[in-house]
Amino acid sequence: MAEHLMCELSVPGRVGVRFPDPDVPTTPLPEGMLRDDLPMPEMAEIDVIRYFTRLSQLNHSIDTGFYPLGSCTMKYNPKVNEEAARLPGFAFVHPLQPIETAQGALALMHQLQEWLKEIGGFAGVSLQPAAGAHGELTGVLIIRAYHRSRGEKQRTKILIPDSAHGTNPATSAMSGMQVVELRSDPRGNIDLEALRAECDETLAGLMLTNPNTLGLFDENVEEVVRRVHEAGGLVYGDGANMNALLGIVRPGDLGLDVLHYNLHKTFSTPHGGGGPGSGPVGVAAHLVDFLPDPVVGILEEGDEEDPPLYGLVHPSHTIGRVKAFHGHFGMFVRAYTYIRVHGPEGLRAISEYAVLNANYLLARLRDTYHLPYDRVCMHEFVLEGRWPEAPEIHALDIAKRLMDYRFHPPTNYFPLIVHEALMIEPTETENKETLDAFADAMIKIAEEAHTDPEVLKSAPHETPYGRMDEVRAAKALVLCCVADYAQKEPVEMEVGDREKTSSPTQPL
Amino acid sequence: MYIPHTAADREAMLRTIGVERLEDLFQDVPAGHRFPDLALPPALTEMEIMAELQDLALSNETARELVCFLGAGAYNHYIPAGVDAILRRGEFYTAYTPYQPEISQGTLQAIFEYQSLIAGLTGMDVCNASHYDGATAVAEAVNMAYHNFRGKRPKVVLSPSLHPSYRETVRTYTRGSDVVLEGDGPEADVAAGPDALIPLLDETTCLVVVQYPDFFGRVYDFTALAEAAHQAGALLAVSANPIALGLLKPPGDFGADIVTGEGQPLGIPLSYGGPYLGLFATRTEYVRKMAGRLVGETIDNRGQRAYVLTLTAREQHIRRERATSNICTNQGLMALASTVYLSLLGRAGLRKVAELNYQKAHYAARGIASVPGFELWSEQLFFNEFVVRCPIPAAEVNEKLLEHDILGGYDLGQDFPGMEDYLLVAVTEMITREDIDTLVETLEEVTHG
Repeated sequence: MAEHLMCELSVPGRVGVRFPDPDVPTTPLPEGMLRDDLPMPEMAEIDVIRYFTRLSQLNHSIDTGFYPLGSCTMKYNPKVNEEAARLPGFAFVHPLQPIETAQGALALMHQLQEWLKEIGGFAGVSLQPAAGAHGELTGVLIIRAYHRSRGEKQRTKILIPDSAHGTNPATSAMSGMQVVELRSDPRGNIDLEALRAECDETLAGLMLTNPNTLGLFDENVEEVVRRVHEAGGLVYGDGANMNALLGIVRPGDLGLDVLHYNLHKTFSTPHGGGGPGSGPVGVAAHLVDFLPDPVVGILEEGDEEDPPLYGLVHPSHTIGRVKAFHGHFGMFVRAYTYIRVHGPEGLRAISEYAVLNANYLLARLRDTYHLPYDRVCMHEFVLEGRWPEAPEIHALDIAKRLMDYRFHPPTNYFPLIVHEALMIEPTETENKETLDAFADAMIKIAEEAHTDPEVLKSAPHETPYGRMDEVRAAKALVLCCVADYAQKEPVEMEVGDREKTSSPTQPL
Repeated sequence: MYIPHTAADREAMLRTIGVERLEDLFQDVPAGHRFPDLALPPALTEMEIMAELQDLALSNETARELVCFLGAGAYNHYIPAGVDAILRRGEFYTAYTPYQPEISQGTLQAIFEYQSLIAGLTGMDVCNASHYDGATAVAEAVNMAYHNFRGKRPKVVLSPSLHPSYRETVRTYTRGSDVVLEGDGPEADVAAGPDALIPLLDETTCLVVVQYPDFFGRVYDFTALAEAAHQAGALLAVSANPIALGLLKPPGDFGADIVTGEGQPLGIPLSYGGPYLGLFATRTEYVRKMAGRLVGETIDNRGQRAYVLTLTAREQHIRRERATSNICTNQGLMALASTVYLSLLGRAGLRKVAELNYQKAHYAARGIASVPGFELWSEQLFFNEFVVRCPIPAAEVNEKLLEHDILGGYDLGQDFPGMEDYLLVAVTEMITREDIDTLVETLEEVTHG
């Protein structure tokens, strides 16, 4: 049941939302600067709403099913967060309003900064970065600026474990750093010998994901941090896996110098089908002056009668702005709400139950799927999606078959250090019945892999769409609907018509 | 709290795992730092947190109670009800990046529509699935142009009338690279038009960046600049206001190679600065150099037309340190908002909103200029924003306007030394004739009363 595109649904003369006529005397339009055409659809409101509602129903989502995507922390997104962010007193505040008229927004941001400092064990926080990768860029630029402020321009080497997210090396390169990959040891920790060999006067820092993407907490983390610091480097923490650590350990207490938080993972702000995220950065005391400009501060202390006056302050050695305005304020409201309804015990429970759920699934699956690193896991774990007796089956086939059981597949083929990796992160918000149903499906699929491999190879069968011809997409490169909306004849909406694949789109 | 486990569930699960207590799962965490006491306030119920947030929200004044003449990169436009109705579909906002196309066609097809709409609006061939905002989109344009010439053309010419925060963001992004930024130093003449940048273009230039309408609201034809840039072998990037493109020639018509923009005006609330939407479109020949996600059309194994993320080999998760950008999460839901907004307005609605902005802004400009002591800074064509010179410092004007529940314009002295008496005034379709008349009367009163 392929859905039509708007360029097929558009009918000249139809209007969605109307606007009033001008109530002012008119000024002639600038003839020479007017555009000749405006390629936009013409649809009635009902057709627009029905189109996007139907599209939405083609998505898997947290609201409709289990989403055990490793390192993505697909937890429930509380509805109250959405209400909170849409309060008119938040939604319609202009970012450049005088601070006296935005004290509620600034107070909320200041409080969130304070809470993130407390949760992470840091001395300062910037809320400005827009996403995890943006937080990484901010963090690495801070590390660079710190070394340069000390006259150590030669410190350009960033160490990145082989299990790291792809954003880590990409960020380092974008910041003008040289990337050196560090291997993992047989227990999934950073290899201390490999680390020792790279600790020299060119070392800028180490990007550490802990727990790492195997879901394992580095058993030598304090030793790793000590060695990097002794060599004059700084330790960057990738907070993508922070959902394992709330109230369990504060990265700042372990000696990490910088860390980005993913509000869209740990603090339940929705992923939105690919964003917006929010990637605040926390730093230790020696890096506070390098934070992006500006941060929220207290301009005048309050007293018993009056609240403090909040405003924007400018760190003395700032790396500069990383985006326009103050960051993803709408996400701050949601994260604030989330932290506030949990309190300290509730936050610790999040991580305890996230780890409980992961270890429970691991216990249920370990006899069926090979576990390359056999340790107690944190909030996620990685299995191998292959069996010597079923050589034609790959992790991809297992992932696709899971869709027939109405589960979103785990992250697959990552981390790169595990063959046919299936990376599973259940999060704390899933109940035991859901975990059991998922484990049962995984076990059933393992059985099918041995008895009826074709059912996996050709999966999914029960979804509205089957496997995609990705090569065709990359070759044809049809990246937009080039038809003129106005020149289309209305489409006949007959039964069976939707199956057709003829398209107004053309290859580039 | 959102944890469904009963005590019985927990005990049964611990037994299956083979440990006694939850604490036993954390033996790898250094004991000295394990289970810190977090100094955070105790938990609230949903009812209590909403009351607390309502109090905080009410202590803000907003562009809905005040009459808002403030723009400078974020604009108070009307958002049709249908936009949020779609954004609140859990199937959209609680989905992840569409890495599994069989069960993500909703998001993928919506992004494809977004790419189509933005490419058409900007006059470009292709558009990516978004950047964080208008500022980082410009920074990514710089990044793309620099890599397009493999670093052999390190110079980027920035118009001094590009948004100050965008220029600052570009400076931050290029700190670790060899990019040399020129054109917007303290000696730059902000009163000059884009052709003043032409002498800066040479064989070391990879990109020239302008804004349309520019930060001061002025609208220029960039044809000569585009020709000069191409003559020098460089690219032209235009940061455009998408509402203005409902009326004005798209940058593609001038020969722009990259069009970026802040997508916030397209149905996204002001929300104190974010989340917004970074538009990024370019010509076909640069598609493989462009950062960010891209959705392409294909068919599934049942012969159905379908959509997938494509050309992913450009991205960080494949190329790692050889990727040109680290972008991963983008502004997916905001891109959806702009798609629904443009679909609801359509051809006629977008043109009408653009004309309303133009008409009201021109009426307001005439009115303000008629107040003794006030004058328009420039005679150049403008769209919905313009600069006025005030008889007293702009900050004082704004203070007095606020006493009359008017959110005044942007005080240009904050970014441009010497422009302390200049106010950047934005007028959208949300402003009525009565609002404008009140503004004009109030300006008379506060400066001469």
